[in-house]
Amino acid sequence: MSSPLSSQTKPVSLAERIQALRDDFPLLHEQVHGSPLVYFDNAATTQKPRPVIRVMSEYFEKQNANVHRGVHFLSELSTTLYEEARKTVAGFLHAHSPSEIIFTRGTTESINLIAQVLGQVLIQPGDEIILSELEHHSNIVPWQLICEKTGAHLRVIPILENGDLDSEAGMRLFGPKTRILALAHVSNALGTVNHLTPWIRLAHEQGAVVLIDGAQAIPHLPVDVTALDCDFYVFSGHKLYGPTGIGVLYGKSSWLERLPPWQGGGDMITSVTFQKTLFAAPPQRFEAGTPPIAQAIGIAEAIRYLESVGYTDIQNQENQVAEHALRRLREIPRIRLIGEPRERAAIVSFVLDGIHPHDIGTVLDQQGVAVRAGHHCAMPLMEHYRVPATVRASFAFYNTENEVDIMIEALGKALELFGR
Amino acid sequence: MSSLLSLYQEIILDHNRSPRNFGRLEHATHEAQGFNPLCGDKVHVYVELTDSRIREIAFEGTGCAISTASSSLMTESLKGKTLDEALSFFESLRGFLTQPPDTPPPAGFELGKLAALGGVRQYPTRVKCATLGWHTLQAALKQGGLTVTTEPDPHA
Repeated sequence: MSSPLSSQTKPVSLAERIQALRDDFPLLHEQVHGSPLVYFDNAATTQKPRPVIRVMSEYFEKQNANVHRGVHFLSELSTTLYEEARKTVAGFLHAHSPSEIIFTRGTTESINLIAQVLGQVLIQPGDEIILSELEHHSNIVPWQLICEKTGAHLRVIPILENGDLDSEAGMRLFGPKTRILALAHVSNALGTVNHLTPWIRLAHEQGAVVLIDGAQAIPHLPVDVTALDCDFYVFSGHKLYGPTGIGVLYGKSSWLERLPPWQGGGDMITSVTFQKTLFAAPPQRFEAGTPPIAQAIGIAEAIRYLESVGYTDIQNQENQVAEHALRRLREIPRIRLIGEPRERAAIVSFVLDGIHPHDIGTVLDQQGVAVRAGHHCAMPLMEHYRVPATVRASFAFYNTENEVDIMIEALGKALELFGR
Repeated sequence: MSSLLSLYQEIILDHNRSPRNFGRLEHATHEAQGFNPLCGDKVHVYVELTDSRIREIAFEGTGCAISTASSSLMTESLKGKTLDEALSFFESLRGFLTQPPDTPPPAGFELGKLAALGGVRQYPTRVKCATLGWHTLQAALKQGGLTVTTEPDPHA
């Protein structure tokens, strides 16, 4: 229903809307070393909006009890809130059913869970697990552990110099031995957005299972797991403006129903005797012990918040900020941008000739600018570019072009200090 | 910015720009590699020990200004010292670097140029950068040919 007034109201520009949204994030108004904070470490973790902070404190102040046990009022309330959170996540990802959503401790735990249960039931000696050179260590090491246990082998999709996957070389890796494809949706170090559909189709043609690491994608682009047709999709709450301590594992119900439990304990059984235990159906089968209840309520609120901002404005703002950053960085003579992918998600990685990223990180920090300096848990990727580390500026929709200019000015100080 | 200048003193910048004793040592009797897995820094320390005395010492690798300058200053300050002197020097230096800022060095401990490393005391995460080369030297002298990492570091 549109009121006659709304057509007369001056439309709010994106810049004005972003300024207003920044007020939802108390931490963005803090000072660091006497300067206003410029927070460009969003790929590590995002700041939290007031609604998320509020629902979590409210939960502890007024609703706290354990879930799935006890008939008292608070336990039932907690259970309802927890299961409502699962429904919110399922709707957000376009899953068929809330029972396809398992809450974990984070992306890393989600990947380890799947790697270990698939390792038990699917992997034989000589089988192959395909991943890419772009992966975060959390999508490498769990599979290496399974390879060691089962005698399977890792195959690695190489990247092109610009940081895109080398499709031609990568597609040749698939064959009858391929059991699993584990692929990042977005690279945490370069920002490369991978076009998943051809890879997922190819893996499925070989009868392989597909896990997508969406930790860096979900804050920046809408995800529809049903349209993607991946078997598993994983991400963390805290990179999505939600709390730490919670991650999501989406799994197709056809897979989850066939898989054995990962951890044993309370909450994941239908009956226990000392002779035999009957396991609960998914998702409870994979959620042993008391789950992260407040965090589940927090992630659901973060999703509602994100949806209220909308991916259109999120992408418009993040693209503007990233493009402005790239433009300004290219003006610096001694700069080398690491990765120039065709499609980029709000992450910019660079090195300055003769100045170690760590030193740049410290100099920027002293001027209130928070960036990540290091190998970004992607050592094979650093090896590819023959750098020990990079400086990474990773943006959220609440960042502005003005903040980019502050970073560029701060970089000038680093050049001045080390250029002597 | 003033604390930046105390971290990146001219002597640190100089040793970062032109590190002394940088490179491989052909006749090394002891060597070790050190890594800082948090930032990807790598250092390789070579020592030629004769009669328990450091005749030659060199290093190579990649690291930040603090780590490079600290290794460079280390090679300068330890050349000619005995094994025991070198190890106890490191103990005193480590003690100094992990004290709160403005704490004077322990009595009788001559820091010399290494006083310039004192700036890291305001940056706890950078103490590891300043000690990577030294930990690696310690590993080379004590065990020889060992790889050390800063994580986890029971001594830092």
